[in-house]
Amino acid sequence: MQPFTYHRAASLADALSRGAASDAAYLAGGTTLVDLMRMGVMRPASVIDINGLEELRGVRIDAEIFRFGALAPMAETAALPALRERAPALAQSLALAASPQLRNMATLGGNILQRTRCSYFRDVSVAECNKRNPGSGCAALDGVNRNHAVLGTSDACVATMPSDWAVALAAFDATVEVVGQRGMRRIPIASFHSAYADDPAVETTMAHGEIVTAITVPASAALRHSVYLKVRDRQSYAFALASAAVGLEMDGHNVRAARIALGGVASRPWRAEEAESALAGHPLTEATAEAASHLAFEGARPLSENGFKIPLGRRTLVEALMTLRGTAT
Amino acid sequence: MIAAVSATALAGANDATAQVQAPPVAAITSFRLCVNGQDHDLAALDPRSTLLDVLRDHLDLTGTKPGCQAGACGACTVLVGGRRVNSCLTLAAAVHGQEVTTVEGLAHDGTLHPMQAAFIEHDAFQCGYCTPGQILSAIACIREGNAGSDQDIREYMSGNLCRCGAYPNIVAAVKAVAATGNI
Repeated sequence: MQPFTYHRAASLADALSRGAASDAAYLAGGTTLVDLMRMGVMRPASVIDINGLEELRGVRIDAEIFRFGALAPMAETAALPALRERAPALAQSLALAASPQLRNMATLGGNILQRTRCSYFRDVSVAECNKRNPGSGCAALDGVNRNHAVLGTSDACVATMPSDWAVALAAFDATVEVVGQRGMRRIPIASFHSAYADDPAVETTMAHGEIVTAITVPASAALRHSVYLKVRDRQSYAFALASAAVGLEMDGHNVRAARIALGGVASRPWRAEEAESALAGHPLTEATAEAASHLAFEGARPLSENGFKIPLGRRTLVEALMTLRGTAT
Repeated sequence: MIAAVSATALAGANDATAQVQAPPVAAITSFRLCVNGQDHDLAALDPRSTLLDVLRDHLDLTGTKPGCQAGACGACTVLVGGRRVNSCLTLAAAVHGQEVTTVEGLAHDGTLHPMQAAFIEHDAFQCGYCTPGQILSAIACIREGNAGSDQDIREYMSGNLCRCGAYPNIVAAVKAVAATGNI
């Protein structure tokens, strides 16, 4: 691990002032940062520990809005009865992620900033990685790419965004609140994660030195009637090969509005708006679900080893939709 | 008081930075940890030290095992403030002043903790390397209320891998202790 200085932030202002240095990194749960520092992938000269900032910690559930403090741990949040009842997809996306130990450590804000699990990104002995070394190429394009993305990729990068929580947030129109030295701003989740087309090293639209303070999600009928379905190589404790966050607002047997986002298959949390539109105003049947799933994967680009993710992703979405049909009211 | 280990030792043999002489690190000069009910003060802590490093290399508590060093295997599981965490991904500095429980803190006056006794009774290990982490995780699993069924136990113990494959007996041990309510 490269040497660094450690500072426990006394206040948000203290954190922001120290975090402005170009070689500084913030420490929250540490499950990404410490891991990547040990492997030499991240090499900050100073680490600013923000765990003491109590104002970033709480979760508030009101009638209209869910407000998640950035430092709230995944495990505690996943277990909240009100969240499980009123936002099942959000609670499930947290409960199905990682392991109990990691969910105790990892935070809701850090989760949406987690880095890809691409093994070439994580291995500094590999020269070609446009995320780690911009302009160096992409070893995964013609390498071991079974776990890589089929949506939102480019010739510069095919890495998968591994978060489950961010996928659920994307389906339900979350907003990310960030604060920097110039003040607070709100970023819709849809524009929080950057597209890979330009520079894969730039993963979010946050500016350097900014801190995620909270995430808000509006309450909705679709969120109350929602599910997060995750398909993995093993039954527990693995990253998604394919996942779907789905919510339905029903009008009798017809879908009034659908909310769909896909995980495990894309370079960022992948909202499937065409699939949503195709379902709206129609009854939910195997046939309409199947048609929507094809729209969701239109334009998917398979690599040498991950072509299976296209049918798997479609079936995951159909299964998630059909699960909700079974519980429709 | 125990001195910090050298920066190069911490960097590890596989780390590219170990090849060059690491520049001096600003040591953390005030560090306290309460482990198994006993306070420990360190005069100088390398900021890179993980909780796992401090337990094993500074405090000689080698019951906590290094495994993958990446949060993937659970061998290093300990309780911090009663919650189970991977000590390999926990910067020691970040848990300054907190209470830590390791496997060494479970037995009292020569009597094994019920979970330790259950692991022996149910033959819930073979090589034993993952066992300290399994036992800490199992205690937390029951206290969290996540040991109500075999399926729950398997799901909520999934962060602890056992390469000998003692899983059925681990589930049996956790289930037996959960049934007694004595945890």
